[in-house]
Amino acid sequence: MIEPKQPDEFVVVSNGMLGYGFREESLHDAIAAGVDLIAADAGSSDPGPYYLGTGKPFVGEAMTKRDLKLLVKAGYDAGAPLIIGSAGGAGGDAQVDFLLRLLREVLTELAIQRKVAVVRTELDKAVVHEALKNQRIQTFETNNPLSPDDINQSEHIVAQMGCEAYWPALRENPDIVIGGRAWDVANIAALPLMRGYPRGLTLHMGKIVECGSLAARPTGGGDLILGRLRDDHFLVEPTHPDKACTVQSVSAHTFYEKTDPLMLAGPGGTVDLTNTIFEQIDPRRVKVTGSEFHAADPYTVKLEGARCAGHRQITIGGARDPRFIAQIDQVQESVLNKIRESQPVHVDDSQYTVTFHRYGLDGVMGKWEPAKTPAHELGVLIDVIGETPEIAEAVCGLARAAILHVAYPGRQATAGNIAFPFSPAEIDAGPVYEFNIYHLMEIDDPENFGRTEWLS
Amino acid sequence: MRPLSEVAEVIRSKNAGPFVVTFDILFGSKEDFEAVRAAGLITRQKVCELYNVSDNELLGFEFYPFANAIKFSIQREVSAGGPRDADAYGAQQHAPLLDLPALPG
Repeated sequence: MIEPKQPDEFVVVSNGMLGYGFREESLHDAIAAGVDLIAADAGSSDPGPYYLGTGKPFVGEAMTKRDLKLLVKAGYDAGAPLIIGSAGGAGGDAQVDFLLRLLREVLTELAIQRKVAVVRTELDKAVVHEALKNQRIQTFETNNPLSPDDINQSEHIVAQMGCEAYWPALRENPDIVIGGRAWDVANIAALPLMRGYPRGLTLHMGKIVECGSLAARPTGGGDLILGRLRDDHFLVEPTHPDKACTVQSVSAHTFYEKTDPLMLAGPGGTVDLTNTIFEQIDPRRVKVTGSEFHAADPYTVKLEGARCAGHRQITIGGARDPRFIAQIDQVQESVLNKIRESQPVHVDDSQYTVTFHRYGLDGVMGKWEPAKTPAHELGVLIDVIGETPEIAEAVCGLARAAILHVAYPGRQATAGNIAFPFSPAEIDAGPVYEFNIYHLMEIDDPENFGRTEWLS
Repeated sequence: MRPLSEVAEVIRSKNAGPFVVTFDILFGSKEDFEAVRAAGLITRQKVCELYNVSDNELLGFEFYPFANAIKFSIQREVSAGGPRDADAYGAQQHAPLLDLPALPG
């Protein structure tokens, strides 16, 4: 049972990831109880650089549209705006366009008209070059200074916008706002912040509810969550009747996916939780007070860029011979040597990489793995990345043949070292991307940082 | 010795951005948290040894009483989902913590 909205509350219902699904009844119950805002996050850098690099969405079309349609209809029924940030996963222009296409289909199917704003945050490379030249780019977590080459090599560069970038659109009272890459908190906090709610509490509430029901227990089965904001506190409440927010679940969520749980840095400053108090006010709701905000000067936004690192071919096989398994390190060296000796003259070492993932030994953790005892069978995934598809194919073919036949001390099984489950054994996995920009950029005008457009 | 898996409620790892994996050890009660803290077996040095990382690579090892939690992070050698990475989400790096001795007896 969801508590009815009180007159002095700002209530937001939040969907943690557009297209991951949620209980339809949860949304209906939330709307029936009264909401001021429906917010959804549609992106993350977690699925990796491929999506930013290619502009492809990382959640499938069918599920994205399912969630979108329910949220659009709910916003229409409730008379509440819908804000969706980081459209299409990485929030680049191509992914915003993907979501806009689905939105148009949804509006046609529902036969309703909505006032739709779009706030784009993919950056022109010239803007980033200019910022770099003016020493307005800061390193962040990597300690690698940004270079002009990084900018040139990036397929797309997006910036995580802060709350203020949504304001030019929100001032015009839109029904729906589709955002490019956004700080996940901003989708929830932009509107209440514009209406004057205190920044520390508003942003902290945003941080807790941005993952949906992950801040409730039990965690299994994603669902929606409610944030109920007042001038001096906020409440967190799950929409699912079998879930509960507890002091433990809410305070623990403060830890999720960040390094410092007391200082939550974002665009424009830091939320300080040093004096935050979490209280259980009833079995399902937690009250939060005391979260503060420290403004940063200059205001910064986080940039994300991805470059193509080459083309991938992989081969997967398994070993069962204990002598082979025991000598896998030396076997790998022999395979690499064989590739170097056999390769066409025009390919040199710098044009490819070969990575061995050794499942059953250290395939998951690599250097961080403390357990050194191999299992009785070993899965070997050979990952070849070449400058071109042709190089990847040639090197992967050599690697497959070499690991199958390479000799090692004490070998009795002279016919072959690896069981390959497939024919052909090599799989073309297409282009590979990597994050090569992950920096902070200083900006002067946070409100006009995004490019606001209106859907006609 | 009682291992951490018997005392803590949540033991997890996850990306905190593409260049850092962050680890959370969450206790179900203040008593369990304080007992582990008092025992002094879970330390910054212990974690460095366990993960074979230098002190520089280990970020922010802290006990947080407000959430009955221990948190630390490790700088990645390769970025998440890029070439040579083995765990794009960083969600399976927690396992060695399970057997770490946490309490005497």
